[in-house]
Amino acid sequence: MFTTGDLKIKSRVDQVGIEERAASLSKRSIKKETKKAGIKLAISMIDLTTLEGKDSAGKVEAMCQKAIRPLDPSTELRVNDDIPSVAAVCVYPNMVSIAKKALAGTNIKVASVATGFPSGLTPLPIKIEETKRVVDMGAHEVDMVIDRGAFLSGEHKKVFDEIVKIKEACGPAHLKVILETGELETYDNVRMASWLAMTAGADFIKTSTGKAAVNATLPVTLVMLETIRDYWYETGRMVGMKPAGGIRTSKQALQYLVLVKETLGDAWLSNKWFRFGASTLTNDLLMQLVKESTGRYQSLDYFTID
Amino acid sequence: MTTLEKKVTRLEVVEPKQLNFGKKWDYAPAPEATDFVKIKPRYELFIGGKFVKPKSGNYFKSINPATEEVLTEVAEANEADVDAAVRAARNAYEKYWSKLAPAERAKYIFRIARQLQEKGREFAILETMDGGKPIKEARDGDIPLSVAHFFYYAGWADKLEYAFPGRKCRPLGVAGQVIPWNFPLLMAAWKLAPALACGNTVVLKPAETTPLTALHLAQIIQEADLPPGVVNIVTGFGKTGAALVKHPDINKIAFTGSTEVGKGIMKSIAGTGKKMTLELGGKAANIIFEDAPMDQAIEGIINGIYFNQGHVCCAGSRLFVQESVKDIVIRKLYDRIQTLRVGNPLDKNTDVGAINSREQLGKIKELVESGVQEGCKLHQSACELPKKGFWFPPTFFTGVAQSNRIAQEEIFGPVLSVLTFRTPEEAVEKANNTAYGLSAGVWTDKGSKIFKISSKLKAGVIWANTYNKFDPTSPFGGYKESGFGREGGLHGLLPYVKLVR
Repeated sequence: MFTTGDLKIKSRVDQVGIEERAASLSKRSIKKETKKAGIKLAISMIDLTTLEGKDSAGKVEAMCQKAIRPLDPSTELRVNDDIPSVAAVCVYPNMVSIAKKALAGTNIKVASVATGFPSGLTPLPIKIEETKRVVDMGAHEVDMVIDRGAFLSGEHKKVFDEIVKIKEACGPAHLKVILETGELETYDNVRMASWLAMTAGADFIKTSTGKAAVNATLPVTLVMLETIRDYWYETGRMVGMKPAGGIRTSKQALQYLVLVKETLGDAWLSNKWFRFGASTLTNDLLMQLVKESTGRYQSLDYFTID
Repeated sequence: MTTLEKKVTRLEVVEPKQLNFGKKWDYAPAPEATDFVKIKPRYELFIGGKFVKPKSGNYFKSINPATEEVLTEVAEANEADVDAAVRAARNAYEKYWSKLAPAERAKYIFRIARQLQEKGREFAILETMDGGKPIKEARDGDIPLSVAHFFYYAGWADKLEYAFPGRKCRPLGVAGQVIPWNFPLLMAAWKLAPALACGNTVVLKPAETTPLTALHLAQIIQEADLPPGVVNIVTGFGKTGAALVKHPDINKIAFTGSTEVGKGIMKSIAGTGKKMTLELGGKAANIIFEDAPMDQAIEGIINGIYFNQGHVCCAGSRLFVQESVKDIVIRKLYDRIQTLRVGNPLDKNTDVGAINSREQLGKIKELVESGVQEGCKLHQSACELPKKGFWFPPTFFTGVAQSNRIAQEEIFGPVLSVLTFRTPEEAVEKANNTAYGLSAGVWTDKGSKIFKISSKLKAGVIWANTYNKFDPTSPFGGYKESGFGREGGLHGLLPYVKLVR
């Protein structure tokens, strides 16, 4: 059942308090085995992403190779243990078939943005059609955007109904709902939009498109994780979380994992329930992993950039 | 199983599903290195600018409460030692300190602040080893706040004539200060900084379980070249404190500790003309309304009661929850205490450290047992406790009434009593229904409610949508059996001066 009044009551976040909590969690000391395990976990959670106007088949095919095999196992950079593949690649609709082909025979999922990404300001029938098309082309996951204009002008019902329709159009595909938190601005809004998206059927909630001035931040992610927990308290349904945009270093990635571990616990600590939307995070994770194994930092020239 | 038993089972309340905070990705130990901290095998008394052997000839052991290992032994001051310290302080007052230009006094206090800041890491480790508190709290709380206090009051030393318009400030003379074991260095800073800034000399008595940081502070004071006798530090037990309080040549007593001892001190100095401030126990109410920012309120409750193992006089040890949100608050609280990391206080990821002493652990256990006996429902963290040392898991009780001992007596441990209320009026009545009045917390998203409620609460410090925030510019102190007099801020000068026209 959806009512705006109910939503507002559930949406009080104290800015000072949430930022303090995020800052204190980000001070956890992650060393040695914990660091290695965390980095490998983070690699397995990446939605390796390219969302540029200049994306081509060549670019996407190359990225898919990187997704399968982030680090050349025959390299001199000895890492004693296996390095996982990433969770998924995330591309524009026109690139879905190319990615699908390049990843054939692997467990890596193909995610496609849809619904008039990144603004979401297209008519609903077109959004539905776009969603159906990408699923038909073989996308396992759909990353939709909400209509922030409608949300901010109080048309919560409209946003809710759109998500419901897109979820229907997804069929078997998983639906990630992008809130574009940088445009929602307040934590109250982030919490309200998270609750709204989950009630409407989101399988995942995601912070950002990567196209706004402010993308994923720790406190915003913490607000969303806490909302996921409260939704689970009420319904027993688990919803996944995907921070996206601006996560470039291992240190950041580990801080996000700490938030998950200490807010939602072990059940969410896998790529089934947590993803990073990132294009450049992988190599920093690899570089730190190699350093943990060899004790030395290698230059970035030793890590492939696809 | 008989049919009757089956019926009973069906009537049981189904507990909600809990989150699983297991070991899927566990943090490796991250202990702070201690090798560069030098703890001497024996510490003497600090009298007249020198470390001197006690006339008593006695030494007592100071242990690490997390391991029960002996850290060092410390001199025990008897009446003769205390007398020597007071004489040294009087001499320093007459000869140097009262004749010094205020700006010169300030320089000395600034010097202490800077030295302490420089040695911050060493002091944090010492505080953690001697007292059992988590290193992250010592590092980010106790030590920086102590430093800030010295800096703040150093600034006042030459501006006292502006502090109380129309009046002039005169120092009192010799101050006798007795401090507790929960924030050893911070309490020393709270006491020393304003006393020195106002031109008094001091004899300080640290608690017997946590004397180390005060004694290392004595080294800093020596290195800062303060005139001999301006600060004297006498270590020992209650008897040493009593000798200090009763000494006829003391002008001012400042005590922080239990209400019981505070009352005893008041009796003993009745009619002597000694000026006095007391900062005693508390049983603070943390009031959470249905319109509160819930997750931040939960963090505030956690911080309010489990910070420093609950060894905090202003700990939010009574939680008042509006009945409409009782279930969700309890559920969240239960899940949250499972994530508190209890263990080695030197580990940088530890949230809750060791109980300060065997004696205190006994008191906590006794009161928790009374809660269980009186029928309150016990909820505890499932954390593993270390085998050695003094430990108590994060705990809270539900189904608590005002008349239960755990709602009335100060537990001074990681134990929270959860009570409920229906209306704001009832919340205020219940919150004020205590012999104490040190602090309180109010959680609501509604600004007007904050002002309305906080103006009705009888407590010295009231936090709104936060808890346990301290700053040297802000006064701190209690109502009723929580004591009188204020420490910190402009108000904190008043107990150390006489005002003249």
